[in-house]
Amino acid sequence: MSSPASSPLLTSLLAAPLPQRGISWLDAARQENREAFAAGGLPDTRVEAWKYTPLRALAQRSFISGDSDAATRAVDPALFALPGVDGPRLVFVNGVFRADLSALAALPAGLVLQPLSRALDEDAEALRFVLSRHYRDIGDAFARINAASAVDGVVLRVAAGMQLTAPVQLVFVGATAPAELAWHARNVIELGEGSALALVEQHLGTGEQAHLGTLVSDIELREGAQLTHAVLQNATGANLIRRNSLRLHARAHATMHTVELGGALVRHDLQVELLGDGSRFAGRGVFMPHGRQHIDTQLGIRHQALNTTSDAHWRGVASDRARGVFRGAVLVAPGADGSDANLTNKNLLLSPSAEIDTKPELEIYADEVQAAHGATVGQLDERALFYLRSRGIDLVEARALLTSAFCRAVLGDMVNAPLREHLAELMMLHLPT
Amino acid sequence: MLKIENLHARVAGKEILKGINLTVNAGEVHAIMGPNGAGKSTLGNVLSGRDGYEVTAGTVTFNGVDLLALSPEARAAAGVFLAFQYPVEIPGVNNTYFLRTALNAQRKQRGDKDLDSMQFLKLVREKLKVMKLPDDLLHRAVNEGFSGGEKKRNEIFQMALLEPQLAILDETDSGLDIDALKQVATGVNMLRTPERAFLMITHYQRLLDYVVPDFVHVLAAGRIVESGDKSLALRLEEHGYAGIGEHQPSGASA
Repeated sequence: MSSPASSPLLTSLLAAPLPQRGISWLDAARQENREAFAAGGLPDTRVEAWKYTPLRALAQRSFISGDSDAATRAVDPALFALPGVDGPRLVFVNGVFRADLSALAALPAGLVLQPLSRALDEDAEALRFVLSRHYRDIGDAFARINAASAVDGVVLRVAAGMQLTAPVQLVFVGATAPAELAWHARNVIELGEGSALALVEQHLGTGEQAHLGTLVSDIELREGAQLTHAVLQNATGANLIRRNSLRLHARAHATMHTVELGGALVRHDLQVELLGDGSRFAGRGVFMPHGRQHIDTQLGIRHQALNTTSDAHWRGVASDRARGVFRGAVLVAPGADGSDANLTNKNLLLSPSAEIDTKPELEIYADEVQAAHGATVGQLDERALFYLRSRGIDLVEARALLTSAFCRAVLGDMVNAPLREHLAELMMLHLPT
Repeated sequence: MLKIENLHARVAGKEILKGINLTVNAGEVHAIMGPNGAGKSTLGNVLSGRDGYEVTAGTVTFNGVDLLALSPEARAAAGVFLAFQYPVEIPGVNNTYFLRTALNAQRKQRGDKDLDSMQFLKLVREKLKVMKLPDDLLHRAVNEGFSGGEKKRNEIFQMALLEPQLAILDETDSGLDIDALKQVATGVNMLRTPERAFLMITHYQRLLDYVVPDFVHVLAAGRIVESGDKSLALRLEEHGYAGIGEHQPSGASA
């Protein structure tokens, strides 16, 4: 079920020497993940999770691992400036931490925010559990190479009971370089009991770069913690493979808004585990591939405790020859009685050559569960188009108005109003004219 | 202003309009009445340029311009307005934004400058007051969650804002209680000017008690079979459509 290990992608990624940290458990974990990646290769479309995202073209490309000049790559801070976001900030360029672009002065007591490279210097043992993971599934090929190769990323910890008001901003920039690069980031985020955090995560690009970036994030919410998480992905021509794992303990509550605009080949795996009684997840997302972009969202939600709630609503808009993929799988495990699960994916096709593949799935093994799921793929409402045109609005603008209304519906419940309006505007600008 | 000659139109391959002749001059109010299925709404839709209505013969000129050659938005800019029988709900599109975009799009096509937001809001508030619509309508999505009466009043409000030369009212009276009907009629009457013409498509004579037409036409089986003044509407009210077409039309029909 794997591509030949001799593909240019594998060869190029394995050509780089394994980073050595002198921490025996970490070096061993890297070695094992690298071996697993070398042996398993890339998943092909017979692997269910990759059915609609063929990696054949990517496998034929070569990337240089790491960027030795990342510290001096020109990145204009205006690139990541956001209204309504003016808190601590960590910036990575081609996977390398950039202190000059970050804002880490005067962090509030109880907030740990630092690059992984520094956290490993200070207290590697605290990261041992998450960084010792092994990825058993062939579908996890990119998580394997990430575990083997990532030398930096984010470590963020919020102390118990701490309520952070200013959003923390995490920025990952793929910057133009003479060669196409492969870079990796590993993020570890933990919210202590009863704490609250607003997180804004950005994936951006400069120029025409077509790097391969992988990101693996583990986010843990302890009892009663609250996370508001906004993600803006506008990574120009990059290949970006992100994997987020979100674990919620009792009464924890996570709200996520994801806006995917850029990238050549984009894959977002979001695994949500509702581990504690009364934990809740609300996810909203929009993906808007155009040109020949390919954006794939894989959402897995597991209800594993009593009275847990999940409400996921993703929307896709594909134009030109672009392709969107959405797979949402909700599982209500035995014993997760009283759970409430809602999963919706609505899609718009703006051109006859665009394609969106959607697959919502629901598996229920518990009692007294309320669950609903549904997916639609359609075109703009002709009646609404005519109504707008009959008032003098031309066809192009009428289409843009309806499409942008369709997309911004997912931002409706976003609390940060300036950020919400900014994201809505970005989506509007992103629409085909 | 509007000259319809021998207009034939098909919908989904079926001929609905079978030779309409009608001339509407500035300042006139024409009522088009007729039984269900006569082609009344088809006429309104053909005039405003809706997709799916195929004109197979005839001409329509508006101020000397071939109206049928224009896109719906160009017709609107030229001064044609259709008040919909079933106004469309558009979730997510804010009313203020919609109205301002529409007004400025029309102004742009006519070579006028955009209204800035202050000018626009002043104008909108004025017109809202006339239609007795609440200000909060501006913050809601287009027609979303509106009652039937609110939707129809919203159509007349839009008409008041866009100030068309020719307003086509497609069964604007249907589904209205008497109070809403009076409000709609008041709105229409306030917009009657020597420069503006109305084409009121209606099934019942009720609206015509409040908006008194200059001409009444009976449309049946795709043709105007009788034309007259307002007394024709009263006759229809009394005798129904059954007797229509038995005597030859006296007015504008083919």
